[in-house]
Amino acid sequence: MLLLKLAFRNITHAGVRTWLNIIVLSFAFVLIVLTEGLYDGMLQQVRDAEIDSNIGGGQFWQKDYDPYNPFSIELSHSEIPANLKMEIEKGNATAVLITSASIFPRNHIQSVQFKGIDPDQKIVNLPVYILKNETDSSIIPGIIGSRMAKSTGLQADDIVSARWRNINGTFDAGDIKIIKVINTEVKSIDNDQIWIPLKKLRDMMQAPQQATLIILNKNISEIPINNSEWIFKDHKYLLKYLNENIDRKRIYSTFMFVLLIGMALLAVFDTQVLAIFKRRKEIGTLMALGMTKWDVIVLYTLEGCIMGILSFIAGFLYGFPLLTYLAKKGIVLPQIIENTQFSILRILYPKYGLKLYVLTSLILFISVTIVSFLPTHRITKLKPSDALKGKLT
Amino acid sequence: MGDSQIIQISNLVKDYAMGKQFFRALHDVNLSINTGEFCGLVGPSGSGKTTLLNIIGALDNPTGGDIIIMNNSIKDLKNKQAAKLRNESIGFIFQTYNLLPVYTVFENVEFPLLLLKKSKKEREEAVMRALEWVGLSDKVNSRPNQLSGGESQRVAVARAMVKLPRIVLADEPTANLDAANSHNILQTMLKLNLELKTTFIFATHDEKVIRYLRRKVALSDGNVINDIIMN
Ligand SMILES: Nc1ncnc2c1ncn2[C@@H]1O[C@H](COP(=O)(O)OP(=O)(O)OP(=O)(O)O)[C@@H](O)[C@H]1O
Ligand SMILES: [Mg+2]
Repeated sequence: MLLLKLAFRNITHAGVRTWLNIIVLSFAFVLIVLTEGLYDGMLQQVRDAEIDSNIGGGQFWQKDYDPYNPFSIELSHSEIPANLKMEIEKGNATAVLITSASIFPRNHIQSVQFKGIDPDQKIVNLPVYILKNETDSSIIPGIIGSRMAKSTGLQADDIVSARWRNINGTFDAGDIKIIKVINTEVKSIDNDQIWIPLKKLRDMMQAPQQATLIILNKNISEIPINNSEWIFKDHKYLLKYLNENIDRKRIYSTFMFVLLIGMALLAVFDTQVLAIFKRRKEIGTLMALGMTKWDVIVLYTLEGCIMGILSFIAGFLYGFPLLTYLAKKGIVLPQIIENTQFSILRILYPKYGLKLYVLTSLILFISVTIVSFLPTHRITKLKPSDALKGKLT
Repeated sequence: MGDSQIIQISNLVKDYAMGKQFFRALHDVNLSINTGEFCGLVGPSGSGKTTLLNIIGALDNPTGGDIIIMNNSIKDLKNKQAAKLRNESIGFIFQTYNLLPVYTVFENVEFPLLLLKKSKKEREEAVMRALEWVGLSDKVNSRPNQLSGGESQRVAVARAMVKLPRIVLADEPTANLDAANSHNILQTMLKLNLELKTTFIFATHDEKVIRYLRRKVALSDGNVINDIIMN
């Protein structure tokens, strides 16, 4: 208790150096929370976007459908079971028909997927209603994502030739008019695919009533069906790849975390080593006045701890309003691309859980304590008489 | 000597390691000091004054022999016990004052009482009394860097005396002071010695100090070569 009081007195009476340290530490604290929060926020946004614009509340897959096997795709469609049809009519789900096809932009051949979707659907957040703008029924309207636009050189209003097979395996060909290029961070609705009105694609494939997958409304997580043709895939399954990807990327944020903590700790360590070097005589004096070596060690370690605590308080004082503001307003990423209606990650909203605060504080606090303690260990080897002479052996 | 004896030094030897060799700083010192003495270890530089004073103050360990100080055998003291002994019974005064730079005058003088866990009221009274002894009542809120050398050493005297220790050990307390300040400090200490029966032991080669001593223990190359008691 006395030592705590003395440590506090030492810290508050000491000069600029302490306050500098406190500022550095508080910066680290705020920055760590911010970077981690940005990361969490981004991941959350990516996940939400994926759910929002692609997987909904879960999907029923036609049993042969395997998104990673292009050869399966032409074969993987069936008639929609009656109860799912009912859910679609009730607005609780929407059907997607998928087939592989080739397009010929700039006289090259490129493999793509056609995805047929109801332009009136409200299940996933895709601006497919725009497909209805094309009134000429002889034209096949299509929507592509910006990645696809980049890789093919296609732009809105371009016409591209396409070739596909109908349900009987016979080739058919036609022109697709690109109605719109959409910006999306969700790769799985962008890469190598063209969104086409479902009815149109069914006609093209001569496959009425058929679908490859049924996307459920976000708020519905399961519909029992009794049909071996269709298999339900839940979030856990559908987000598996994304989650794995995210976990891999976590390493970067962990690296950042370690780097920031390391920098902060170096500052503390440095001051502490210097302080003990400079304060040898003081250490000797304290011992002459009746403190034990351990008293001095505890005193100096406590000084480090208090520095840590003060930096949390400082960090909280300016960090909390700042971080809250950023979480509300979001951080606008520099490469602003036009047509932001459906671009999700142009603005990043950091998200900080209590866990983040507590964990960061705890880790920082413990490491500051350890780092404050380590250099004081030399004191145990110090004889009071030597310390008084300014020696440090 | 009997019951008034406060320090008994017998066959004290101190070796310092010098690489592989040893340097013998004290050779078989025998000395007995009584309560209330105002005595000094005198001798040329390097004669072992500081070494002996440090061992008396339990700041350093003897190589051989022992010191019995208020019934404590120095060589048997653990770190913690040595700290307790210093805390309760010994005041130190150093050549370089050794005030704690971040503390005010008041806080510096108060420090030993904090370690002794005295109440706030006790501390305040004792600090103000000690500052009065040294004539610095008006400097309570100054910081060490705002004080002259003489004032700093007076604060150090107040800090050593504030807990009314049985023994005060002062190593070259006047080395950095001019004549006027030296006399001032010594007169203060002499007064406290007479009033409080505090035992003072100096280590010094300063003539100004030596004139005040009632006992001079002359050291040379780690040996006591003379021991003069005045009356
Ligand atoms: N830590 C040490 N290691 C090695 N030798 C030391 C150490 N401390 C003191 N000595 C040596 O011991 C001898 C006595 O030193 P001491 O400091 O006791 O002398 P002193 O009488 O106090 O001298 P001064 O008047 O200069 O203060 C000196 O020769 C010194 O070099
Ligand atoms: Mg000396």
